[in-house]
Amino acid sequence: MTAPALSVRNISKTFGTIRAVNDVSFDVRTGEILGLIGPNGSGKSTLFNCILGQLPPDGGAVHVAGQQVSGSRACDLSKLGVGRTFQQLSVFPQMSVLDNVILAGQEHHGSMLSRLFGKPDAGLTADAEKMISFFRLEHLRDELAGSLSYGQQKLLDAAMAFMAGPGLVLLDEPAGGVNLTMLAHLKERLQTYNAEHGTTFVVIEHNMEFVMSLCSRIIVLAEGAIIAEGTPDEIRSNQQVIDAYLGG
Amino acid sequence: MTRLNKRPALLLFLLVLAILAPLGHGNYIIYVLTSWLIFSIAAMGLNLTLGYAGQISLAQASFMAIGAYTTAIMTLAGWHWLIAAPVGMVLCFLVGLVLGYPALRVKGHFLAFVTLAFNTLVFLVLRNEDWLTGGSYGLSSMPRPDFYLFKTLKQLPFYYFTLAVTVVAALVLWGIVRSPWGRAFKALRENPVRAESLGVDTRRITLLAFAIGSAYAGLAGALVSPLVQYIDPGSFGLSQSLRILLMVVVGGSGFFFGPFVGAAVVILLPEMLRFTAGYYLIIYSALVIVMLAYVPNGLIGIGTRLRERFWPQHRARGDLAKGAQLK
Ligand SMILES: Nc1ncnc2c1ncn2[C@@H]1O[C@H](COP(=O)(O)OP(=O)(O)O)[C@@H](O)[C@H]1O
Ligand SMILES: [Mg+2]
Repeated sequence: MTAPALSVRNISKTFGTIRAVNDVSFDVRTGEILGLIGPNGSGKSTLFNCILGQLPPDGGAVHVAGQQVSGSRACDLSKLGVGRTFQQLSVFPQMSVLDNVILAGQEHHGSMLSRLFGKPDAGLTADAEKMISFFRLEHLRDELAGSLSYGQQKLLDAAMAFMAGPGLVLLDEPAGGVNLTMLAHLKERLQTYNAEHGTTFVVIEHNMEFVMSLCSRIIVLAEGAIIAEGTPDEIRSNQQVIDAYLGG
Repeated sequence: MTRLNKRPALLLFLLVLAILAPLGHGNYIIYVLTSWLIFSIAAMGLNLTLGYAGQISLAQASFMAIGAYTTAIMTLAGWHWLIAAPVGMVLCFLVGLVLGYPALRVKGHFLAFVTLAFNTLVFLVLRNEDWLTGGSYGLSSMPRPDFYLFKTLKQLPFYYFTLAVTVVAALVLWGIVRSPWGRAFKALRENPVRAESLGVDTRRITLLAFAIGSAYAGLAGALVSPLVQYIDPGSFGLSQSLRILLMVVVGGSGFFFGPFVGAAVVILLPEMLRFTAGYYLIIYSALVIVMLAYVPNGLIGIGTRLRERFWPQHRARGDLAKGAQLK
């Protein structure tokens, strides 16, 4: 029995009187693509932030590949091989596409000293170019990230999350606001990456088509708590889920 | 990319300009030019802290004091400037670490408050520890560095000596800004939360930026000592720290050459505002407020914007040219 890639136990988070996340527990198997869905404001992003050290949860525990990570800082989680994207675009607009991707990898190579006295690109240009090509952004390599279209920035955002070769990646609405062709492209890239590297994904997404075709298992959150869990087909026909989405 | 390739040429041009600048001028003008270089070094350091890592330090002059007093005490005791100056810089770096470490564990602009208090602390230590610092009377008659074939006793050679130090300091900073550390500094300024999620230890890198910035102030102080050959606690007060902050903001924080422009303006401004007598400080404060509110990118920022407006860089966006690639 190997430990699950991610294990979440009894995570809760309140903001004042709002119970954003309410006693959530689940496991993610290594190599799995897990979907996390739920109406707006159901606590999905807050749950990610609690798992990833961006917000301190009120209680509960998180293990990554068997290692207890509760209380770790976001940068430590990154070093443990956990990548993420944010719901809002989170590229560095004043830096080139190449610099964005190199930055995403540089802290995982060498030491503090080698990053000061070594090569300006930390020896990562070739790897970064490979990652940029993987998301088919090579023609934009030297553009400022801020000058890219919204969809291209979303792809860059994902490329950055993968640059350090993480074993687990949490994606918060990677397809939000992305047009249909780009959406198909993104999904295909994520599937390919998962197949080639065995990377575990947890994906928050509103686009049902996208989630249902990408994920093998789905968890549904409503008002901070898990109300359903199952295969895409089970979720599609779950009356509780339908009610939650209809505002029941 | 084109902008990057133009940089060395621009640097060379500025260097030639700086070499020619003092020729044919009297001692006073050369003295003003030397202080411009020295304050540019102090401002370069603060630019790293503020412009690249996004932290406000209000103690840049206090770090200059540490550098100046260390150099003064050591050179008066017979040590060469080449030994004394690095000792002062290392001291500033270490004090920066000690000061910044607790401050940066607290969020927000806590470093600003800590450095504000540090001004007073340094002033009191310099004034009260007579046995070391000469108390209120300060220290005087510091020797100017002597390199056997090149003596800096006269004003012009001292200017060239300062210029050489400035160039080395600028090149080192250029190297830092271009290194992965520099990339992390920029990322920190643009989106610290994202930077942290990509493995950048934002707390540590901010602390290092502050400590390096403080060491640059130490170097500036090490040059002040032999330039004025008289230092007292009052020369490094809060108003001096604010003046350096103004240089960074006026020049354009986060722009590599901003500090040189800012220092030029702030050092020449008193000369130009001399006729306003007592109103200088009021005009100067008003200027800070106006700059912060309306031109946060400083003079270099305005220059860049004007250039892009009137001489736009013709660079077709890659995605327009090849947008069809994403099928
Ligand atoms: N930083 C915050 N401060 C206060 N309330 C918050 C904060 N972040 C989220 N919330 C609240 O928590 C709830 C869950 O938000 P969120 O996790 O963003 O939901 P989702 O990602 O599922 O749309 C919402 O009611 C939201 O208003
Ligand atoms: Mg959300």
